[in-house]
Amino acid sequence: MKKGMWWMGLLGLILIIAACGSGSSGTEESGGEAGEQQSGETKESSGNEEAAAGNSSEADLEIFSWWTGAGEEAGLNALIDLFQEKHPDITVENAAVAGGAGTNAKAVLATRMQGNDPPSTFQVHAGAELNESWVAADKMEPLNDFYEEEGLMDKFPQELIDMVSQNRNIYSVPVNIHRGNVIFYNMSVFEEHGLEPPKTFEEFMEVADELQAAGVTPLALGDKETWPATQIFENILLGTLGPEDYQALWDGDIAFDDERVVEAAETFKQMLGYVNEDHASRNWQDSAQLVSEGKAAMINMGDWAKGYFSNDLEMEVNEDFGYFTFPETEGNFMVISDTFGLPSGVENEDQVKEFLALLGSVEGQDTFNPLKGSIPARVDADESNYDEYGTDTIEDFREASLAPSLAHGSAASEGYLTKANQAVNIFVTQGDTNRLLQSLENARSAQ
Amino acid sequence: MIMAGKTAHKKRITRDQWTAAAFLAPSLILIAVFVYGFISWTGYVSFSNWNTLTPDFSFAGLSNYLYLFRDFRFQADLRNTLFFTLFFIGMVIVLGMGIAILLDQKLKGESIFRNIFLFPMALSFVVTGVVWQWLLNPSTGFNQFLKVFGIQPRWYTDTNILAGFQWGAIEFGLPVAILAVVIAAVWQMTGFSLAMYLAGLRGIPDELREAARVDGASEGQVYRRVVIPMLMPITVSVVIIMAHISLKIFDLVYAMTGSGANFVTDVPGVYMFETTFRGNYYAQGAAIAIMMLVLVAVFIVPYLWYNRKGENG
Repeated sequence: MKKGMWWMGLLGLILIIAACGSGSSGTEESGGEAGEQQSGETKESSGNEEAAAGNSSEADLEIFSWWTGAGEEAGLNALIDLFQEKHPDITVENAAVAGGAGTNAKAVLATRMQGNDPPSTFQVHAGAELNESWVAADKMEPLNDFYEEEGLMDKFPQELIDMVSQNRNIYSVPVNIHRGNVIFYNMSVFEEHGLEPPKTFEEFMEVADELQAAGVTPLALGDKETWPATQIFENILLGTLGPEDYQALWDGDIAFDDERVVEAAETFKQMLGYVNEDHASRNWQDSAQLVSEGKAAMINMGDWAKGYFSNDLEMEVNEDFGYFTFPETEGNFMVISDTFGLPSGVENEDQVKEFLALLGSVEGQDTFNPLKGSIPARVDADESNYDEYGTDTIEDFREASLAPSLAHGSAASEGYLTKANQAVNIFVTQGDTNRLLQSLENARSAQ
Repeated sequence: MIMAGKTAHKKRITRDQWTAAAFLAPSLILIAVFVYGFISWTGYVSFSNWNTLTPDFSFAGLSNYLYLFRDFRFQADLRNTLFFTLFFIGMVIVLGMGIAILLDQKLKGESIFRNIFLFPMALSFVVTGVVWQWLLNPSTGFNQFLKVFGIQPRWYTDTNILAGFQWGAIEFGLPVAILAVVIAAVWQMTGFSLAMYLAGLRGIPDELREAARVDGASEGQVYRRVVIPMLMPITVSVVIIMAHISLKIFDLVYAMTGSGANFVTDVPGVYMFETTFRGNYYAQGAAIAIMMLVLVAVFIVPYLWYNRKGENG
């Protein structure tokens, strides 16, 4: 009897230890918490002079990104291979952080930058994500001379260069372009019900009504993370306001109680009436699957979804799935551009610039983009490297007016985006347009 | 005790005491810096204006805290944490004690059952979260089966608040979605309380139960009047351990449901992470962290107090 008690006691103790152990192993596995752990490390080392000196990696170049998905990882590796071929004496480390469509990587990056331990160069979206955080915090080096030397000034659309500039200083090199205002649809579902891609919001609602009557979910949404819902809203805003006033809204020149903004919120609410019921349990890939299975007809998603449809779900473009511009945004281009810059305090600036030069070159962009499924940021890249969707989009990109995406951090700061996502999350359930617009306005005045 | 302490103070410090101090010093210093030091640092940041990437340590007063208490999301978090904690601890105690009593009936193959129940403990919360995310997903697995019977629970995508009424910015009541998270957490942690209760049951001498039976108590009365009251210290420990898990929970929710529609499954841990590392609101994040510390302290401090009194008495 007594012996038994001892054993049970011991078992209890072991379990307590196991519980602690499983708790901490949990944090290691969860990509999301990598940031927290990192923060502990940087806090410990922030007083440490060695860490303050810059790059802590063994390699000469540490390329920081969140490109860990199938196509994008292949693209990045191809780029690195190309670089190694040209500069065999420079060692390169691919320091990609997985998960959360970049949100985990951004958390890690923030703590590293705070601790004066920047990577050699890092992925950052053009626009506010670059300007209002890193440039504003004085953590980036201007690249104007570099642009002149490499002759890049006229190789990108001026609107794009403006998005990576502040006070006439250019701070990063755009590598690729994704489009946010596109809707992918299941062609056989549309054919079966004799539907045409809608061009206006009115037509969209008509199409959606018909689909709903036929028992098909009109619009697939996966907002376990809120940004896919925010993405729909920004596209509606672009359609309702047009590119100039859309920009003015984020610049603070148009208030959120503007008639047209209210109208956009109403349209948003109406569209949310057509989404799948279990949207809160899905991420964007899960919701794209609804379209490939024919359970849902359409999905608004940045065109990285094209790679997902054709590579992962093995669907043929313009056979199994089609695409059309988000209603009322024809001639506009919601641009999401990955760029790389030069953080302050990096010792081997010249080597980093060598890498940036490759990123900015036609060769580099045509190596990376076909694999990633994006289009080149340069206007003179070789179209023959891209598929049908790619060439179509390249053409649009050259002619359309560009608008920065809110959901992907280009239109407003990360801080604003976090609050905007919260407001949208609440709106998706409650549908209270006043509350949504009020929260968006409040978040702005708190900046 | 007090007298002994005073006389010891007058004596010269012996070599033994020096050695003991030398052994304790490294861990004391490390704890002082890395636990208490950083807690104070977090507290300091929570009173500052550091809400962008550029550090700004100017004094902000209580503004970060005031913001939180007016904030829809934080209020929802407190509501969710309250109901999660209540249901989680309640079910872990009832199930843990119930299964422990069943296993204690000297049945055959007890060790096999024990291991089966303990097994989920070997997993991390992240694994549990991913698995239960699919098990309780309205459109997969088990729910396809339930659909045949016309039952379609929406689990963690359910945005209903039971018995809800408007209170502050939020609707206060039981968020149905949080129950899905409770199920996953209970599945994982029941084994732990089971083990503690089993140990406790083995510690109750058979003679006591025999005596009760001789006095004419029924089996039910033996448990109600003798066994369960004697398990009280175990119950207190289980409550404390489970409370500190549930108040600080992050990984399970993050992996399983995320914040949920209308923040029905959001918890302070997730909010703190997003505020600090995504929104770069460092001071607000620190304020959330301090609030979590206060919540846990509400449970832990009385327990430590109670333990200390126990030792002195």
